[in-house]
Amino acid sequence: MADLDQIFVTLKHWLLGQFANVLPECWLPIISILLSLAPILIVFPSFFAIMTVMERKGLGRIQNRYGPNRVGPFGLLQPAADGIKALIKEDVVPRAADKLVHFLAPLVLVVTAFTVYAVLPIGRNMVVLDLDAGLLFFFAVGAASELAVFMAGWSSRNKYALLGAMRAVAQMVSYEIPLILATISVVMITGTLSLPQIVLAQGTYAGLLPDWFVFTPWGFAGFILFMIAANAEANRSPFDLPEGESEIIAGYFIEYSGFKFALFFLAEYVSLFAISGLGITLFLGGWNAPFPALAFIPSWAWFFIKLIALMCLFIWTRGTLPRLRQDQLMNFAWKFMIPMVLINLIATALWRFIDAGLTRWFVCGAIVVIAYLLLGRGLMQGKKIAKRTYRFAD
Amino acid sequence: MLNQMTLSFAIIAILIIAGATAAMTFRNLVHCALAVAVAFAGLAFAYLQLNAQFVGLAQILVYVGAVAILIVFAVLLTRGGEAAEKKVFSASWIWGGAIAVAVFGVLAWAIQHSFASQREPLPEAGASVKQIGTALMTKYVLPLEVIGLLLTAALIGAVIIAMREEDKSK
Amino acid sequence: MTPLAGYLLLSAMLFAIGLAGALTRRNAIIVLIGIELMLNAANLNFIAFWRFGPNPEALTGMMFVIFAIAVAAAEAAVGLALIIAIYRHYKTTAVDEVNHLKG
Repeated sequence: MADLDQIFVTLKHWLLGQFANVLPECWLPIISILLSLAPILIVFPSFFAIMTVMERKGLGRIQNRYGPNRVGPFGLLQPAADGIKALIKEDVVPRAADKLVHFLAPLVLVVTAFTVYAVLPIGRNMVVLDLDAGLLFFFAVGAASELAVFMAGWSSRNKYALLGAMRAVAQMVSYEIPLILATISVVMITGTLSLPQIVLAQGTYAGLLPDWFVFTPWGFAGFILFMIAANAEANRSPFDLPEGESEIIAGYFIEYSGFKFALFFLAEYVSLFAISGLGITLFLGGWNAPFPALAFIPSWAWFFIKLIALMCLFIWTRGTLPRLRQDQLMNFAWKFMIPMVLINLIATALWRFIDAGLTRWFVCGAIVVIAYLLLGRGLMQGKKIAKRTYRFAD
Repeated sequence: MLNQMTLSFAIIAILIIAGATAAMTFRNLVHCALAVAVAFAGLAFAYLQLNAQFVGLAQILVYVGAVAILIVFAVLLTRGGEAAEKKVFSASWIWGGAIAVAVFGVLAWAIQHSFASQREPLPEAGASVKQIGTALMTKYVLPLEVIGLLLTAALIGAVIIAMREEDKSK
Repeated sequence: MTPLAGYLLLSAMLFAIGLAGALTRRNAIIVLIGIELMLNAANLNFIAFWRFGPNPEALTGMMFVIFAIAVAAAEAAVGLALIIAIYRHYKTTAVDEVNHLKG
């Protein structure tokens, strides 16, 4: 089944050969890059459309109601209706708004959201740009998107938009540190910043479970910390105070309507997929199959299966957990996550230097668990939390 | 090939100079901050063009992702985002401009008459991340530790300086 | 004009623009932005010499720039904290109005 695995690679080479017969030599690198980029620009927005329906129906079921069920069978054509609505709405720009910055903010956000896909390995031999410092590229472009959020909030000349933008930027900057430090453990173990190499390092199957990093004590803690930080970076519930729908309506994109609002929405979900893709690459083994017997399913299919699983996890936490207040959010980042992630780094270093066997599992696991218990209990000391009582549901 | 390189160099140069000039001349402070972020991004492209991958990406991460945001926060905390001031340039602006032009003149003369204008470029030798890491841990380990100390001191110092003082009289 | 001379001229121009802004603007934050531009011009110089210079394997130019970026970021943070503290006291950020020690 190696043909099905490499079907897109062979398709690209065939198309490139067809173009080579027609066009002169110097155009070929550009055509090659465009052929690599086109699948990303087609697949991930379609995934975004599917995800909006999945999310609304999933949230609806968690909240004991149906989701959208009018458009198409079981409401599955809802994205088409949403898209048409976004396109035909009037584009209202406030009179006092800063026109150029107001126009550029969604563009910059969408461009940085899509640029990070250039280094994600979607399948075997299927990465657009095999950079030596691929992981650093991912974080650099992710950091650049924060400026676009600020641009959107400030240019609207609206107090609530500015407030939402400041909160969003403060949150994204605070949670960048646990995000990056959680990935440093993986870099320490594999010795490389190049994402395809990290996926290859998880490709062996020693023992009962595959060699993915999530099945090690430091990897498990790192994966959980990475997922929490990714949740916060993408401004999703329970960290969505900057765009809290019941509080400051839509936060930093309150003054945007129609197509620009759709672009913000698209950028948010696309960057969520990208950061989940990074989590899959670093901790969940990338495009590797869990067992050698299941290797007949193509590598790119495994990537998308894992991506859908992570999306279900995100939808589940969104529907279940209440929103965190801004100061609770910042306390959580600086007082709990950063010490936890630094202790995880120590556990990773010990894992590297103790020889393989039961000792290192025990030592590293003990460090991580004890640190979590101490930090968790320690930080809860000063708070008076009453016992939870229910008014009607008893 | 040379045409391709000169074209990208021209685009990068225009981006950097336009961003820097805009940053130094605009009235609205937030526009200045955004223009300087464009200049930083242009510089990062220049580093990537010169095959210094790690430095170019670090430039985006640190400057565009942190320093530009820091400048914007400072502008907003000092009420710079609203009405423009009465005068943008100080009273002795002509002397400042003259000094800057003189400095540029001296540097340009020095560059034109140096070996840089005559020698042809050598072939590339990229630096992989592994080499940088090894160098940081063997030859440059002392500067690395000192930078750690410096960043800690800067972090604590900035927090203490900008912290609101306790009002002890109340 | 060789590529090295091109990059050096670009760096000199950027330095001059940063210097002009730092010397002429009234707002302290813009002065700080000018200083950051000057630091970046020097970094560009280092990388240009590393790439086109005699000894690229020694990585000296690149290392210097990595440390310079870290130092510049720390200095920007402290500088901006100082400006905020001064603003709280004098209620202004214009550099020619903070002259209480004059005369």
